[in-house]
Amino acid sequence: MHWLINTPLVIVLLVNLFMLGVSRMRSLIYSAAAQGVILSALPLLLEKRIGLMIIIVALVTAVIKGFLIPQMLHKALRDAQIKREVEPLIGFLPTMLLGALGTAASITFAAYLPVTQAGTSTLIIPASFSTVLTGFLLLTTRYKAITQVIGYLILENGIYIFGMLLLTAVPFLVELGILLDLFVGIFVVSIILNHINEAFSSMDTRQLTALKE
Amino acid sequence: MLFVVLIFIPILAAIAAAAITSNALRPWIMVIAGSLHFAVMLAILIFQPAPIWDGWVGLDPPGKLVLLLISTLFLLCSIYTVGYLRYRRERSNRVLIPCLSIFLAGASLVACSQQLGLMWIAVETTALSTAPMIYFNRTPRSIEATWKYLLLSSVGIALALLGSFFLVCATLKHDPYPSLLFSHLVRHAGTANAVWLKMAFVLLLVGYGTKMGLAPMHTWKPDAYGEAPGVVGALLAGGLTSCAFLAILRVDRVCISGGLQTYTSHLLIGMGLLSMAVAAVFMLGQKDIKRMLAYSSVEQMGILALGAGIGGPALYGALLQMINNGLTKGMLFLSAGNIHRSYGSKNTDDVHGAMRRLPLSGTIFMLGFLAITGSPPFGPFISVFTILNAAFSRHFFVIGAVFLLLLLMVFMGMGRTVLVAVLGKPLPRKRPINAYRDGWMTALPLVVSFLLVLMLGVHIPPFLTHMLQQARKFMEVRP
Repeated sequence: MHWLINTPLVIVLLVNLFMLGVSRMRSLIYSAAAQGVILSALPLLLEKRIGLMIIIVALVTAVIKGFLIPQMLHKALRDAQIKREVEPLIGFLPTMLLGALGTAASITFAAYLPVTQAGTSTLIIPASFSTVLTGFLLLTTRYKAITQVIGYLILENGIYIFGMLLLTAVPFLVELGILLDLFVGIFVVSIILNHINEAFSSMDTRQLTALKE
Repeated sequence: MLFVVLIFIPILAAIAAAAITSNALRPWIMVIAGSLHFAVMLAILIFQPAPIWDGWVGLDPPGKLVLLLISTLFLLCSIYTVGYLRYRRERSNRVLIPCLSIFLAGASLVACSQQLGLMWIAVETTALSTAPMIYFNRTPRSIEATWKYLLLSSVGIALALLGSFFLVCATLKHDPYPSLLFSHLVRHAGTANAVWLKMAFVLLLVGYGTKMGLAPMHTWKPDAYGEAPGVVGALLAGGLTSCAFLAILRVDRVCISGGLQTYTSHLLIGMGLLSMAVAAVFMLGQKDIKRMLAYSSVEQMGILALGAGIGGPALYGALLQMINNGLTKGMLFLSAGNIHRSYGSKNTDDVHGAMRRLPLSGTIFMLGFLAITGSPPFGPFISVFTILNAAFSRHFFVIGAVFLLLLLMVFMGMGRTVLVAVLGKPLPRKRPINAYRDGWMTALPLVVSFLLVLMLGVHIPPFLTHMLQQARKFMEVRP
């Protein structure tokens, strides 16, 4: 049964690498949305008895991560009229290499961790670590504010993958709450994005340097 | 029932505030919500209702202290806000007031949540509701501050979520019925896996430490406190940081019962001293009075972490310090807000002689400085002394000595800025004459918080001593 879980996770890992190398903002948003939709199906594949609650959570996740948040990001992109390209601090190829190295390191590291329960032989832990690293890479090596938001989204996806280990322990109410917070967070961020754009006529975070010691 | 009322009062207030169209009437909603919340809080402390929702919502002893602090601070700030917003007629407060109310709801929920995931959601709610408040002034600088705050605190809170998952993962193997309730986690921490538990603590400390403003994750603090209105600064420095400290304490308790006492204690002490050192360095030559207060907050968080790390009587001191810090930060930020309003600047190049121009606010600002740096006869003196005493009696000699040295450095660094601002003669006005004068609404909260800080230095009421001792006992769990 492991292949059932591992196949989507391998796709998620490939999407991670793709996102680090992509130069068009639009493709980046679509990839993040695709990753979100794939992730939303994971609980359905993992759980043996599928109840109503689990289906609702999967649907809500898919709608928020695959549709609503990407929609808000597209809108921010349109309103801002910015150059539709990702501006990297480190080039695309080096970040992709870093991402690949990070994935390899995650797999090695996860193998050394003590096994805590059955089912940890799947790719869940390495995929989670690698996705969190990808999120961090996007957050730190891209200048545009909107790319940083996508980085945060990927980081959150990585944590979501880890949450799959705890399906029985984490009640769905908490999961829905977490999802809602993520949604509101991105909502607030996209409003602020708009204001950054109005005030500085740019979404380049290099402009934000008035406050420092 | 009382818990539901406690959390729903501010939520209803937020809805009402968003519905009201009058800019002048809206701030009064906060006073009503603040008073009701305070009354319900007192009722909860007196009647001690049983936990509700399968034990998800209830009060542990440290939670009681935080709830008491938040509710008091919010009530004082709500009165101030009405006075303050009279001078900001030109700016709509339709976002500010609902956000302040949601902040209160989130903070109360942090104090009352006994479940790891629920607590995370509540902390995240307080973080999100704060962002629009920092952005109240709509200047490019305030946008920059908001952006940095949002990004850093979101990443911090994401790490805290990962840490929470690790914590549950650690207990999963030997626990047939896993649960995220703190009481459950503490009971099963003994059989938990130490590697996962250690990773969980580091992530949670970094995550909630970002909210608290411990160095090196403190960088959002000077920007946010510097650009936000004074009242928001007071609620952040006194309320939000206490909530984050409470979260760290609860997690620490789980890890201690998992046998990681020395490990968590070393991490907390290290981060505490680092925060104090960073604050002491950056305070030197700081010309912006609000940024200076932000660094003072970083230092205070360092003291709290240090006290929690040393443990025992020092933990008692740290909890008392949390209350003292909250009230003193209220005094300082609110009076700094008044000074800022009167001078149209918060830089000591322009601000001189605040004690002459604003006798009341200037004096309270000066007294607040003396209090926060641990001078007698104010509250913080007692709590800092307790921590110091505990450090030496528990044979942490080097740590105690470094602590003392850093306190002295902070006193000198902060003193230079404060004295320039409050003493001397006001410069001839360069800017257009500002109408601000201390009115009762912007002065009363200052005076009340000053009296409370003074009272805590002279005599700690028995009910508070009892609560502090309960909290200390609560934290002393055996592995």
